[in-house]
Amino acid sequence: MGKRVGMEVSIAAAEAVKQANVDVISAYPITPQTHIVEHLSELVANGELDAEFFCVESEHSALSVCVGAAATGARTFTCTSSQGLVLMSEITYITSGLRLPVLMILANRTISAPLSIWNDHSDAMSIRDCGWIQFFVENGQEVYDHVFVSYRLAEDREVLFPVIINMDGFILSHVIEPVELIGQEKIDQFLPPYQPLHQLHPDHPITMGAFALPSIFAEAKKAQEVALRSSLPKIIETWKAFGEMTGRYYNPIETYQAEDADTLLVTMGSFGETASVAVDKMREGGRSAGLVKIRLWRPFPFEAFKNATLGAKRLVVIDRAISAGACGPVASEVKAALYGETKKPSIYNFVAGISGRDVTPSDFIKMVDKAEIEIEKGNQEGFETYGVRE
Amino acid sequence: MTKPESEWTWKELSVGNVILEPGNASQYRTGDWKTLKPVLNRELCVHCGVCYIFCPDMAYHLDEEGYFVADLFYCKGCGICAKECPTGAITMVLEEEEK
Repeated sequence: MGKRVGMEVSIAAAEAVKQANVDVISAYPITPQTHIVEHLSELVANGELDAEFFCVESEHSALSVCVGAAATGARTFTCTSSQGLVLMSEITYITSGLRLPVLMILANRTISAPLSIWNDHSDAMSIRDCGWIQFFVENGQEVYDHVFVSYRLAEDREVLFPVIINMDGFILSHVIEPVELIGQEKIDQFLPPYQPLHQLHPDHPITMGAFALPSIFAEAKKAQEVALRSSLPKIIETWKAFGEMTGRYYNPIETYQAEDADTLLVTMGSFGETASVAVDKMREGGRSAGLVKIRLWRPFPFEAFKNATLGAKRLVVIDRAISAGACGPVASEVKAALYGETKKPSIYNFVAGISGRDVTPSDFIKMVDKAEIEIEKGNQEGFETYGVRE
Repeated sequence: MTKPESEWTWKELSVGNVILEPGNASQYRTGDWKTLKPVLNRELCVHCGVCYIFCPDMAYHLDEEGYFVADLFYCKGCGICAKECPTGAITMVLEEEEK
């Protein structure tokens, strides 16, 4: 057992980055990510962490610095939220295209307008297709743990992809939680120094980021896509190795009381813990309810998702973002995943908790109630924003 | 590059499409982009090397007789050499007219 301490989740995240022994940190401050990089800059300044901390003029530069540093073989870290991610977005595609194992913690925050500093997943969804491995975590322990999992995975020569750890801004980043810290020796064993496959070095000149004509672009993208999909077994293998070290096992899709449930809530991120309380209450009242939590967003774990949901009669998918003009992005994915099945659950989609509005256990129960009625009525649209005043 | 880009399959590409062979851009025939090519009138040439200096693709080199000549494997036919030549010794000519 490691040491269990109460600490702010942002500080736990920063401590994990320190324990991962990163070489380069580059970030620009933005709420609610600030405490993570502030703490890291202190650790570098007071000599506790031997790394370069680059203060840059924008998030676009922050990730560009990470790309350049990773290309030379450095272990790199960046962290952002909301508008910062949007400014960074151009480079997110380049990082994955160059197959550089950068780690980003994204303290999820709403994208303006209206301007808001609070939490939702609109930032994460804005770069959904950028080709990074993308996790959503539920609590501080998971943030801490996934820093080590992510680096080991990202730097694996059979993977070589950047990773985003999505953690809900404020709801996770600014709360104090018990976190079990892992001893440094164990971490060093789990996470050996990064050995790049290709690196920029004056003694061995190579070119990264070359131009591709139409005659070869599709081949390049196919190779990238196959590699991203093929990382799934490696992700599972890395979680298993981590579980053997710590006793904390993770899966692409996590379930709670789901096996025999008629109605399943489907959530991502910190919604999961609140929804599990709602499931307990519904079970106490004799209702056949359960919960499915998507931990791995990209590559999407289609098989695991189908296995977890195909036995249910209905899915109540809760999105914390809107795909403007369509529905919730998680619901779109879920519907696509199940489309080919002959016997599949009915799906009802809520967009809830955007811009950090609280979603309590009773809200989840109300959403299940409403979804059951709407599905019964045969509502074909199957989508609404929850809790909006008429 | 051992073969043209259009013959590579996705399985053959390096991770991240890194080019591991330095300087292989020299094998890239940019010469087939051009419609006009520079033709030198040796009687007017004063060997000043302005064409060599101004050529954006470094396609010019000095030949054994002391004239600067464009390597048509790289020359894109931009015409800067003809424009800059102080004696008007370089003329841009449609490639097909040469046949």
